[in-house]
Amino acid sequence: MQQHELIPHLFRTEYSKIVAVLCNSFDLRHLEIAEDIASETFLKATEIWGIKGVPENPTAWLYTVAKNKIKDYFKHNSVVERQVKEAVKLNDIETALDFEFSHQNIADSQLAMIFAVCNPENSTDAQICLALQILCGFSIEEIANAFLTNSEAIKKRLYRARTNLRNGNFQIKTLSDLEIKSRAESVLKTLYLLFNEGYFSKTNDQLIRKDLCSEAIRLTSILTENALTDGPQVNALLALMYFQSSRFDARTNDKGEVILLEDQDRSLWDKELIEKGNHYLVNAYQSNEVSKYHLEAAIAYWHTTPTDENTWQHILQLYNQLILIEYSPITALNRAFAFAKVYGWEKGVEEAEKLALNSNSHYYSLLGYLYANIDIDRSIRYYKKAVTLTRSKVEMETLRKEIGRLEEKGGRG
Amino acid sequence: MKDFLLIYRADYSTYPNPRRSPEEMQVLTQKWMNWVAGIAAQEKLVDRGNRLVNSGKVLKSNGSVSDGPYTEIKESIMGYSLIKAISMEEASKLAEGCPILSYEGSVEVREINAI
Repeated sequence: MQQHELIPHLFRTEYSKIVAVLCNSFDLRHLEIAEDIASETFLKATEIWGIKGVPENPTAWLYTVAKNKIKDYFKHNSVVERQVKEAVKLNDIETALDFEFSHQNIADSQLAMIFAVCNPENSTDAQICLALQILCGFSIEEIANAFLTNSEAIKKRLYRARTNLRNGNFQIKTLSDLEIKSRAESVLKTLYLLFNEGYFSKTNDQLIRKDLCSEAIRLTSILTENALTDGPQVNALLALMYFQSSRFDARTNDKGEVILLEDQDRSLWDKELIEKGNHYLVNAYQSNEVSKYHLEAAIAYWHTTPTDENTWQHILQLYNQLILIEYSPITALNRAFAFAKVYGWEKGVEEAEKLALNSNSHYYSLLGYLYANIDIDRSIRYYKKAVTLTRSKVEMETLRKEIGRLEEKGGRG
Repeated sequence: MKDFLLIYRADYSTYPNPRRSPEEMQVLTQKWMNWVAGIAAQEKLVDRGNRLVNSGKVLKSNGSVSDGPYTEIKESIMGYSLIKAISMEEASKLAEGCPILSYEGSVEVREINAI
Protein backbone atom coordinates (compact mmCIF):
# COMPACT_ATOMS: atom_id res chain seq x y z
CA MET A 1 0.00 0.00 0.00
CA GLN A 2 1.28 3.46 -0.92
CA GLN A 3 1.92 5.84 1.96
CA HIS A 4 -0.74 8.32 0.86
CA GLU A 5 -3.28 5.50 1.01
CA LEU A 6 -1.97 4.04 4.23
CA ILE A 7 -3.00 6.79 6.62
CA PRO A 8 -6.62 7.06 5.39
CA HIS A 9 -6.82 3.28 5.53
CA LEU A 10 -5.47 3.15 9.08
CA PHE A 11 -7.71 6.01 10.05
CA ARG A 12 -10.70 3.99 8.93
CA THR A 13 -9.67 0.81 10.72
CA GLU A 14 -7.93 2.18 13.84
CA TYR A 15 -9.56 5.48 14.74
CA SER A 16 -12.73 3.93 16.16
CA LYS A 17 -10.69 1.28 18.00
CA ILE A 18 -8.52 3.87 19.71
CA VAL A 19 -11.57 5.92 20.71
CA ALA A 20 -13.33 2.83 22.07
CA VAL A 21 -10.35 1.59 24.08
CA LEU A 22 -9.66 5.04 25.58
CA CYS A 23 -13.30 5.49 26.53
CA ASN A 24 -13.48 2.05 28.01
CA SER A 25 -10.23 2.27 29.99
CA PHE A 26 -11.00 5.62 31.56
CA ASP A 27 -14.73 5.40 31.84
CA LEU A 28 -14.82 8.61 29.86
CA ARG A 29 -18.13 10.34 29.78
CA HIS A 30 -16.60 12.90 27.53
CA LEU A 31 -16.27 11.15 24.27
CA GLU A 32 -14.71 14.29 22.79
CA ILE A 33 -11.51 13.82 24.81
CA ALA A 34 -10.97 10.36 23.36
CA GLU A 35 -11.79 11.64 19.87
CA ASP A 36 -9.34 14.54 20.24
CA ILE A 37 -6.58 12.20 21.33
CA ALA A 38 -7.27 9.81 18.45
CA SER A 39 -7.27 12.72 15.97
CA GLU A 40 -4.04 14.14 17.39
CA THR A 41 -2.46 10.72 17.13
CA PHE A 42 -3.19 10.62 13.41
CA LEU A 43 -2.01 14.18 12.97
CA LYS A 44 1.29 13.22 14.56
CA ALA A 45 1.53 10.17 12.31
CA THR A 46 1.07 12.35 9.24
CA GLU A 47 3.83 14.72 10.39
CA ILE A 48 6.38 12.16 11.54
CA TRP A 49 5.85 9.47 8.92
CA GLY A 50 6.17 12.11 6.23
CA ILE A 51 9.68 12.92 7.44
CA LYS A 52 10.98 9.70 8.90
CA GLY A 53 9.05 7.22 6.84
CA VAL A 54 6.44 4.68 7.92
CA PRO A 55 7.40 2.66 11.00
CA GLU A 56 7.68 -1.11 10.81
CA ASN A 57 4.45 -1.70 12.67
CA PRO A 58 2.25 1.35 12.03
CA THR A 59 -0.67 0.11 14.12
CA ALA A 60 1.48 -0.49 17.20
CA TRP A 61 3.01 2.94 16.65
CA LEU A 62 -0.42 4.56 16.71
CA TYR A 63 -1.41 2.70 19.87
CA THR A 64 1.77 3.76 21.68
CA VAL A 65 1.35 7.38 20.71
CA ALA A 66 -2.32 7.35 21.76
CA LYS A 67 -1.33 5.86 25.09
CA ASN A 68 1.35 8.49 25.68
CA LYS A 69 -1.04 11.23 24.75
CA ILE A 70 -3.61 10.19 27.28
CA LYS A 71 -0.87 10.01 29.92
CA ASP A 72 0.08 13.59 29.06
CA TYR A 73 -3.50 14.60 29.33
CA PHE A 74 -3.75 13.35 32.85
CA LYS A 75 -0.42 14.86 33.86
CA HIS A 76 -0.76 18.29 32.35
CA ASN A 77 -4.35 19.11 31.89
CA SER A 78 -5.90 19.99 35.19
CA VAL A 79 -9.17 20.92 33.50
CA VAL A 80 -9.50 17.43 32.16
CA GLU A 81 -8.55 16.09 35.53
CA ARG A 82 -11.41 17.93 37.14
CA GLN A 83 -13.77 16.84 34.43
CA VAL A 84 -13.02 13.19 34.82
CA LYS A 85 -12.58 13.26 38.55
CA GLU A 86 -16.13 12.13 39.15
CA ALA A 87 -15.59 9.12 36.99
CA VAL A 88 -12.05 8.12 37.85
CA LYS A 89 -10.51 8.56 41.27
CA LEU A 90 -7.04 10.03 40.88
CA ASN A 91 -5.20 7.08 42.39
CA ASP A 92 -7.05 4.83 39.98
CA ILE A 93 -5.59 6.62 37.01
CA GLU A 94 -2.23 4.90 37.33
CA THR A 95 -4.00 1.54 37.31
CA ALA A 96 -6.12 2.63 34.38
CA LEU A 97 -3.04 3.73 32.46
CA ASP A 98 -1.89 0.16 32.56
CA PHE A 99 -4.26 -0.75 29.72
CA GLU A 100 -3.13 -2.49 26.56
CA PHE A 101 -4.33 -2.27 23.00
CA SER A 102 -4.64 -6.04 22.97
CA HIS A 103 -6.93 -7.82 20.54
CA GLN A 104 -9.22 -8.75 23.42
CA ASN A 105 -9.33 -5.26 24.89
CA ILE A 106 -10.09 -3.74 21.50
CA ALA A 107 -12.92 -6.22 20.88
CA ASP A 108 -14.40 -5.73 24.36
CA SER A 109 -14.15 -1.96 24.12
CA GLN A 110 -15.76 -1.86 20.72
CA LEU A 111 -18.56 -4.10 21.91
CA ALA A 112 -19.19 -1.80 24.86
CA MET A 113 -19.06 1.18 22.52
CA ILE A 114 -21.67 -0.34 20.21
CA PHE A 115 -24.06 -0.69 23.13
CA ALA A 116 -23.34 2.84 24.38
CA VAL A 117 -23.98 4.39 21.00
CA CYS A 118 -27.17 2.54 20.06
CA ASN A 119 -29.71 4.62 21.90
CA PRO A 120 -33.37 3.86 21.17
CA GLU A 121 -34.15 7.56 21.67
CA ASN A 122 -32.26 8.64 18.57
CA SER A 123 -34.07 8.92 15.28
CA THR A 124 -33.19 6.26 12.73
CA ASP A 125 -31.13 8.55 10.52
CA ALA A 126 -29.29 10.14 13.43
CA GLN A 127 -28.56 6.69 14.82
CA ILE A 128 -26.91 5.52 11.61
CA CYS A 129 -24.88 8.74 11.33
CA LEU A 130 -23.67 8.34 14.89
CA ALA A 131 -22.74 4.70 14.34
CA LEU A 132 -20.85 5.62 11.18
CA GLN A 133 -18.94 8.36 12.93
CA ILE A 134 -18.09 6.73 16.24
CA LEU A 135 -18.07 3.02 15.41
CA CYS A 136 -16.80 3.13 11.85
CA GLY A 137 -14.58 6.22 11.84
CA PHE A 138 -16.35 7.84 8.86
CA SER A 139 -15.74 11.54 8.33
CA ILE A 140 -18.70 13.91 8.12
CA GLU A 141 -18.09 14.29 4.36
CA GLU A 142 -18.17 10.54 3.86
CA ILE A 143 -21.42 10.24 5.79
CA ALA A 144 -22.89 13.10 3.75
CA ASN A 145 -21.89 11.28 0.54
CA ALA A 146 -23.56 8.08 1.69
CA PHE A 147 -26.79 9.92 2.48
CA LEU A 148 -26.60 12.12 -0.63
CA THR A 149 -26.85 15.25 1.47
CA ASN A 150 -24.55 18.06 2.62
CA SER A 151 -22.21 18.18 5.60
CA GLU A 152 -24.30 20.75 7.42
CA ALA A 153 -27.34 18.45 7.52
CA ILE A 154 -25.20 15.61 8.85
CA LYS A 155 -23.64 17.87 11.50
CA LYS A 156 -27.11 18.80 12.71
CA ARG A 157 -28.17 15.18 12.98
CA LEU A 158 -24.98 14.28 14.81
CA TYR A 159 -25.27 17.22 17.17
CA ARG A 160 -28.64 16.08 18.42
CA ALA A 161 -27.60 12.45 18.68
CA ARG A 162 -24.45 13.35 20.60
CA THR A 163 -26.44 15.52 23.00
CA ASN A 164 -28.62 12.50 23.67
CA LEU A 165 -25.49 10.48 24.27
CA ARG A 166 -24.29 12.95 26.92
CA ASN A 167 -27.67 13.42 28.55
CA GLY A 168 -28.14 9.69 28.72
CA ASN A 169 -25.20 9.56 31.12
CA PHE A 170 -22.98 8.02 28.48
CA GLN A 171 -20.85 5.36 30.04
CA ILE A 172 -19.34 2.34 28.40
CA LYS A 173 -17.50 0.57 31.14
CA THR A 174 -19.77 -2.06 32.58
CA LEU A 175 -21.69 -4.12 30.11
CA SER A 176 -24.11 -5.95 32.34
CA ASP A 177 -26.62 -8.63 31.37
CA LEU A 178 -29.39 -6.15 32.03
CA GLU A 179 -27.90 -3.53 29.74
CA ILE A 180 -27.35 -6.05 27.01
CA LYS A 181 -30.96 -7.19 27.23
CA SER A 182 -32.40 -3.69 27.28
CA ARG A 183 -30.30 -2.44 24.37
CA ALA A 184 -29.97 -5.55 22.23
CA GLU A 185 -32.98 -4.74 20.08
CA SER A 186 -31.75 -1.24 19.39
CA VAL A 187 -28.24 -2.51 18.61
CA LEU A 188 -29.49 -5.09 16.11
CA LYS A 189 -31.78 -2.57 14.48
CA THR A 190 -28.94 -0.08 14.04
CA LEU A 191 -26.66 -2.69 12.48
CA TYR A 192 -29.49 -3.89 10.24
CA LEU A 193 -30.17 -0.32 9.07
CA LEU A 194 -26.49 0.36 8.60
CA PHE A 195 -26.27 -2.63 6.29
CA ASN A 196 -29.43 -1.66 4.40
CA GLU A 197 -28.16 1.88 4.02
CA GLY A 198 -25.28 0.38 2.09
CA TYR A 199 -27.20 -2.33 0.26
CA PHE A 200 -30.14 -0.21 -0.86
CA SER A 201 -28.22 3.04 -0.75
CA LYS A 202 -29.38 6.24 -2.35
CA THR A 203 -25.87 6.82 -3.57
CA ASN A 204 -24.60 5.28 -6.73
CA ASP A 205 -21.04 5.06 -5.46
CA GLN A 206 -20.33 1.33 -5.24
CA LEU A 207 -17.28 1.85 -3.03
CA ILE A 208 -19.21 3.69 -0.32
CA ARG A 209 -21.98 1.11 -0.49
CA LYS A 210 -19.60 -1.80 -0.06
CA ASP A 211 -17.87 0.01 2.76
CA LEU A 212 -21.14 0.45 4.65
CA CYS A 213 -22.03 -3.21 4.21
CA SER A 214 -18.66 -4.51 5.30
CA GLU A 215 -18.64 -2.20 8.33
CA ALA A 216 -22.05 -3.56 9.34
CA ILE A 217 -20.70 -7.10 8.99
CA ARG A 218 -17.59 -6.24 11.00
CA LEU A 219 -19.61 -4.78 13.87
CA THR A 220 -22.12 -7.64 13.89
CA SER A 221 -19.22 -10.10 13.96
CA ILE A 222 -17.97 -8.42 17.13
CA LEU A 223 -21.31 -9.39 18.69
CA THR A 224 -21.09 -13.04 17.59
CA GLU A 225 -17.53 -13.29 18.88
CA ASN A 226 -18.49 -12.42 22.45
CA ALA A 227 -20.34 -15.01 24.54
CA LEU A 228 -22.38 -12.25 26.22
CA THR A 229 -23.98 -11.14 22.98
CA ASP A 230 -23.75 -14.20 20.75
CA GLY A 231 -27.47 -15.02 20.48
CA PRO A 232 -29.80 -16.49 17.84
CA GLN A 233 -30.91 -13.08 16.52
CA VAL A 234 -27.36 -11.82 16.07
CA ASN A 235 -26.48 -14.95 14.13
CA ALA A 236 -29.59 -14.59 12.00
CA LEU A 237 -28.72 -10.97 11.24
CA LEU A 238 -25.16 -11.87 10.29
CA ALA A 239 -26.42 -14.70 8.05
CA LEU A 240 -28.75 -12.23 6.35
CA MET A 241 -25.87 -9.80 5.74
CA TYR A 242 -23.66 -12.51 4.24
CA PHE A 243 -26.40 -13.83 1.95
CA GLN A 244 -27.19 -10.33 0.70
CA SER A 245 -23.50 -9.48 0.26
CA SER A 246 -22.93 -12.61 -1.79
CA ARG A 247 -25.04 -11.04 -4.56
CA PHE A 248 -23.53 -7.59 -4.29
CA ASP A 249 -21.71 -7.69 -7.63
CA ALA A 250 -24.50 -9.49 -9.48
CA ARG A 251 -27.39 -7.27 -8.45
CA THR A 252 -26.41 -4.13 -10.31
CA ASN A 253 -24.93 -3.55 -13.74
CA ASP A 254 -22.04 -1.20 -14.41
CA LYS A 255 -24.46 1.75 -14.51
CA GLY A 256 -25.71 0.91 -11.05
CA GLU A 257 -29.11 -0.25 -12.31
CA VAL A 258 -30.71 -3.01 -10.29
CA ILE A 259 -30.88 -6.41 -11.96
CA LEU A 260 -33.75 -8.67 -10.89
CA LEU A 261 -32.75 -11.83 -9.11
CA GLU A 262 -33.89 -14.11 -11.94
CA ASP A 263 -31.82 -12.18 -14.48
CA GLN A 264 -28.65 -12.13 -12.40
CA ASP A 265 -25.49 -13.87 -13.53
CA ARG A 266 -25.21 -16.52 -10.83
CA SER A 267 -21.54 -17.09 -11.50
CA LEU A 268 -21.02 -13.64 -9.96
CA TRP A 269 -22.50 -14.77 -6.65
CA ASP A 270 -19.81 -15.12 -4.01
CA LYS A 271 -19.86 -18.76 -2.89
CA GLU A 272 -17.63 -18.10 0.09
CA LEU A 273 -20.05 -15.54 1.49
CA ILE A 274 -22.99 -17.89 0.89
CA GLU A 275 -21.13 -20.54 2.92
CA LYS A 276 -20.65 -18.06 5.74
CA GLY A 277 -24.33 -17.19 5.56
CA ASN A 278 -25.21 -20.88 5.85
CA HIS A 279 -22.93 -21.25 8.85
CA TYR A 280 -24.58 -18.41 10.79
CA LEU A 281 -28.07 -19.42 9.69
CA VAL A 282 -27.53 -22.88 11.21
CA ASN A 283 -26.33 -21.19 14.43
CA ALA A 284 -29.39 -18.95 14.43
CA TYR A 285 -31.75 -21.92 14.32
CA GLN A 286 -30.14 -23.68 17.30
CA SER A 287 -33.01 -22.41 19.45
CA ASN A 288 -36.73 -22.12 18.78
CA GLU A 289 -36.62 -18.36 18.61
CA VAL A 290 -37.94 -16.89 15.37
CA SER A 291 -37.29 -13.19 14.88
CA LYS A 292 -37.67 -10.99 11.83
CA TYR A 293 -33.95 -11.46 11.25
CA HIS A 294 -34.46 -15.24 11.14
CA LEU A 295 -37.22 -14.86 8.57
CA GLU A 296 -35.31 -12.40 6.43
CA ALA A 297 -32.19 -14.56 6.57
CA ALA A 298 -34.24 -17.62 5.60
CA ILE A 299 -35.77 -15.71 2.67
CA ALA A 300 -32.29 -14.62 1.58
CA TYR A 301 -31.15 -18.24 1.90
CA TRP A 302 -33.85 -19.43 -0.51
CA HIS A 303 -32.76 -16.71 -2.92
CA THR A 304 -29.22 -18.09 -2.99
CA THR A 305 -30.16 -21.71 -3.67
CA PRO A 306 -31.15 -22.96 -7.11
CA THR A 307 -34.92 -22.68 -7.52
CA ASP A 308 -37.08 -25.77 -7.56
CA GLU A 309 -40.88 -26.03 -7.71
CA ASN A 310 -41.29 -25.35 -3.98
CA THR A 311 -38.87 -22.46 -3.56
CA TRP A 312 -41.46 -19.71 -3.95
CA GLN A 313 -43.92 -21.53 -1.74
CA HIS A 314 -41.30 -21.51 1.03
CA ILE A 315 -40.52 -17.86 0.40
CA LEU A 316 -44.21 -16.92 0.48
CA GLN A 317 -44.73 -18.69 3.80
CA LEU A 318 -41.73 -16.84 5.24
CA TYR A 319 -43.12 -13.52 4.02
CA ASN A 320 -46.48 -14.46 5.56
CA GLN A 321 -44.78 -14.85 8.93
CA LEU A 322 -42.67 -11.73 8.47
CA ILE A 323 -45.63 -9.48 7.73
CA LEU A 324 -47.33 -10.74 10.90
CA ILE A 325 -44.28 -9.81 12.99
CA GLU A 326 -43.76 -6.39 11.46
CA TYR A 327 -45.65 -4.56 8.76
CA SER A 328 -43.69 -2.60 6.20
CA PRO A 329 -44.72 -1.57 2.68
CA ILE A 330 -41.68 -3.27 1.18
CA THR A 331 -42.49 -6.57 2.93
CA ALA A 332 -46.10 -6.30 1.72
CA LEU A 333 -44.89 -5.75 -1.87
CA ASN A 334 -42.33 -8.55 -1.73
CA ARG A 335 -44.98 -10.86 -0.34
CA ALA A 336 -47.32 -10.01 -3.23
CA PHE A 337 -44.49 -10.77 -5.66
CA ALA A 338 -43.94 -14.18 -4.01
CA PHE A 339 -47.71 -14.75 -4.09
CA ALA A 340 -47.71 -14.18 -7.85
CA LYS A 341 -44.80 -16.59 -8.25
CA VAL A 342 -46.79 -19.32 -6.49
CA TYR A 343 -50.35 -18.69 -7.69
CA GLY A 344 -49.84 -17.02 -11.05
CA TRP A 345 -49.99 -13.48 -12.47
CA GLU A 346 -53.77 -12.93 -12.16
CA LYS A 347 -53.96 -13.95 -8.51
CA GLY A 348 -50.78 -11.98 -7.87
CA VAL A 349 -52.35 -8.86 -9.36
CA GLU A 350 -55.41 -9.33 -7.15
CA GLU A 351 -53.24 -9.63 -4.06
CA ALA A 352 -51.05 -6.67 -5.05
CA GLU A 353 -53.96 -4.35 -5.85
CA LYS A 354 -55.38 -4.84 -2.35
CA LEU A 355 -52.29 -3.08 -0.97
CA ALA A 356 -53.34 0.25 -2.53
CA LEU A 357 -49.99 1.90 -1.76
CA ASN A 358 -50.89 4.76 -4.06
CA SER A 359 -47.91 7.00 -3.38
CA ASN A 360 -45.28 4.26 -3.53
CA SER A 361 -43.29 3.93 -6.77
CA HIS A 362 -42.47 0.29 -6.01
CA TYR A 363 -46.19 -0.48 -5.80
CA TYR A 364 -46.68 0.70 -9.37
CA SER A 365 -43.54 -0.97 -10.67
CA LEU A 366 -44.74 -4.24 -9.13
CA LEU A 367 -48.13 -3.83 -10.87
CA GLY A 368 -46.28 -2.98 -14.07
CA TYR A 369 -44.22 -6.14 -13.72
CA LEU A 370 -47.24 -8.36 -12.99
CA TYR A 371 -49.38 -6.88 -15.78
CA ALA A 372 -46.58 -7.28 -18.35
CA ASN A 373 -47.77 -10.87 -18.81
CA ILE A 374 -51.49 -10.04 -18.83
CA ASP A 375 -52.07 -6.62 -20.35
CA ILE A 376 -49.06 -4.82 -21.85
CA ASP A 377 -50.80 -1.44 -22.26
CA ARG A 378 -51.80 -1.41 -18.63
CA SER A 379 -48.34 -2.53 -17.62
CA ILE A 380 -46.80 0.45 -19.42
CA ARG A 381 -49.24 2.82 -17.72
CA TYR A 382 -48.23 1.51 -14.31
CA TYR A 383 -44.54 1.74 -15.10
CA LYS A 384 -45.05 5.34 -16.23
CA LYS A 385 -46.86 6.10 -12.99
CA ALA A 386 -43.90 4.62 -11.09
CA VAL A 387 -41.54 6.92 -13.02
CA THR A 388 -43.47 9.97 -11.80
CA LEU A 389 -43.23 8.83 -8.20
CA THR A 390 -39.64 7.70 -7.86
CA ARG A 391 -36.93 10.05 -6.67
CA SER A 392 -34.11 7.70 -7.54
CA LYS A 393 -32.41 8.43 -10.85
CA VAL A 394 -31.21 4.86 -11.19
CA GLU A 395 -34.70 3.46 -10.62
CA MET A 396 -36.09 5.89 -13.16
CA GLU A 397 -33.62 4.64 -15.77
CA THR A 398 -34.48 1.01 -15.03
CA LEU A 399 -38.20 1.75 -15.36
CA ARG A 400 -37.76 3.71 -18.62
CA LYS A 401 -35.82 0.84 -20.10
CA GLU A 402 -38.61 -1.56 -19.20
CA ILE A 403 -41.19 0.75 -20.76
CA GLY A 404 -39.08 0.89 -23.91
CA ARG A 405 -38.90 -2.90 -24.04
CA LEU A 406 -42.68 -3.23 -23.71
CA GLU A 407 -43.30 -0.58 -26.38
CA GLU A 408 -41.10 -2.51 -28.75
CA LYS A 409 -43.40 -5.47 -28.18
CA GLY A 410 -46.27 -3.29 -29.40
CA GLY A 411 -47.61 -1.95 -26.12
CA ARG A 412 -49.08 1.51 -25.87
CA GLY A 413 -49.37 3.16 -22.48
CA MET B 1 -60.54 3.26 11.16
CA LYS B 2 -62.66 1.12 13.43
CA ASP B 3 -61.87 -2.23 14.96
CA PHE B 4 -63.87 -5.31 14.05
CA LEU B 5 -63.97 -8.73 15.61
CA LEU B 6 -64.10 -11.69 13.26
CA ILE B 7 -65.65 -14.74 14.88
CA TYR B 8 -65.03 -18.03 13.09
CA ARG B 9 -67.67 -20.73 13.44
CA ALA B 10 -67.77 -24.27 12.16
CA ASP B 11 -69.17 -27.69 12.85
CA TYR B 12 -66.72 -29.48 15.10
CA SER B 13 -67.75 -32.87 13.75
CA THR B 14 -66.52 -31.95 10.27
CA TYR B 15 -63.95 -29.19 10.84
CA PRO B 16 -61.14 -29.69 11.31
CA ASN B 17 -61.63 -33.24 10.15
CA PRO B 18 -59.29 -35.45 12.17
CA ARG B 19 -59.16 -37.88 9.28
CA ARG B 20 -57.66 -35.29 7.01
CA SER B 21 -54.27 -36.30 5.66
CA PRO B 22 -51.16 -34.40 6.73
CA GLU B 23 -50.96 -33.00 3.19
CA GLU B 24 -54.50 -31.68 3.41
CA MET B 25 -53.78 -30.14 6.82
CA GLN B 26 -50.71 -28.51 5.33
CA VAL B 27 -52.78 -27.00 2.53
CA LEU B 28 -55.37 -25.77 5.04
CA THR B 29 -52.69 -24.16 7.21
CA GLN B 30 -51.25 -22.45 4.15
CA LYS B 31 -54.68 -21.09 3.21
CA TRP B 32 -55.11 -19.59 6.68
CA MET B 33 -51.62 -18.12 6.64
CA ASN B 34 -52.10 -16.63 3.19
CA TRP B 35 -55.39 -15.10 4.19
CA VAL B 36 -54.31 -13.65 7.55
CA ALA B 37 -51.01 -12.39 6.10
CA GLY B 38 -52.97 -10.85 3.21
CA ILE B 39 -54.89 -8.74 5.74
CA ALA B 40 -51.66 -7.86 7.57
CA ALA B 41 -50.13 -6.83 4.23
CA GLN B 42 -52.88 -4.23 3.92
CA GLU B 43 -51.96 -3.02 7.41
CA LYS B 44 -55.41 -3.99 8.64
CA LEU B 45 -54.68 -6.76 11.09
CA VAL B 46 -54.90 -5.64 14.72
CA ASP B 47 -54.43 -9.03 16.37
CA ARG B 48 -54.37 -12.37 14.64
CA GLY B 49 -56.31 -13.66 17.65
CA ASN B 50 -56.55 -17.26 18.79
CA ARG B 51 -57.96 -20.65 18.06
CA LEU B 52 -60.08 -22.16 20.80
CA VAL B 53 -59.76 -25.65 22.24
CA ASN B 54 -62.84 -27.59 21.22
CA SER B 55 -64.15 -28.29 24.70
CA GLY B 56 -65.41 -26.07 27.50
CA LYS B 57 -68.22 -25.39 29.93
CA VAL B 58 -71.33 -23.25 29.82
CA LEU B 59 -72.65 -21.68 33.02
CA LYS B 60 -76.27 -20.52 33.08
CA SER B 61 -78.30 -18.22 35.35
CA ASN B 62 -80.24 -21.18 36.75
CA GLY B 63 -76.98 -22.55 38.15
CA SER B 64 -76.59 -25.31 35.60
CA VAL B 65 -73.13 -26.07 34.28
CA SER B 66 -72.86 -28.11 31.12
CA ASP B 67 -69.89 -29.56 29.26
CA GLY B 68 -68.84 -28.92 25.72
CA PRO B 69 -68.10 -29.67 22.95
CA TYR B 70 -71.55 -28.77 21.82
CA THR B 71 -72.14 -31.32 19.17
CA GLU B 72 -75.81 -30.39 19.18
CA ILE B 73 -74.86 -26.90 17.95
CA LYS B 74 -74.17 -26.90 14.25
CA GLU B 75 -71.73 -24.01 14.46
CA SER B 76 -69.38 -23.64 17.40
CA ILE B 77 -66.91 -20.84 17.84
CA MET B 78 -63.51 -21.98 16.55
CA GLY B 79 -61.53 -18.81 17.06
CA TYR B 80 -61.37 -15.09 16.46
CA SER B 81 -59.21 -12.29 15.06
CA LEU B 82 -59.25 -8.53 15.35
CA ILE B 83 -59.00 -6.36 12.24
CA LYS B 84 -59.44 -2.68 11.41
CA ALA B 85 -61.39 -1.16 8.56
CA ILE B 86 -63.05 2.08 7.53
CA SER B 87 -66.53 0.60 7.44
CA MET B 88 -68.53 -2.55 8.03
CA GLU B 89 -68.53 -3.00 4.24
CA GLU B 90 -64.77 -3.02 4.09
CA ALA B 91 -64.52 -5.33 7.10
CA SER B 92 -66.92 -7.78 5.45
CA LYS B 93 -64.91 -7.57 2.24
CA LEU B 94 -61.76 -8.52 4.17
CA ALA B 95 -63.60 -11.46 5.72
CA GLU B 96 -64.63 -12.79 2.32
CA GLY B 97 -61.51 -14.82 1.67
CA CYS B 98 -61.60 -16.64 5.01
CA PRO B 99 -60.76 -20.31 4.44
CA ILE B 100 -63.42 -21.46 6.88
CA LEU B 101 -66.05 -20.46 4.30
CA SER B 102 -64.83 -23.27 2.02
CA TYR B 103 -65.52 -25.75 4.82
CA GLU B 104 -69.16 -24.85 5.41
CA GLY B 105 -68.23 -22.62 8.32
CA SER B 106 -69.10 -18.97 8.84
CA VAL B 107 -67.48 -15.69 9.81
CA GLU B 108 -69.37 -13.20 11.93
CA VAL B 109 -68.15 -9.59 11.58
CA ARG B 110 -68.87 -7.35 14.55
CA GLU B 111 -67.78 -3.79 15.12
CA ILE B 112 -66.09 -3.16 18.47
CA ASN B 113 -68.02 -0.66 20.54
CA ALA B 114 -65.37 1.95 21.29
CA ILE B 115 -67.33 3.73 24.01
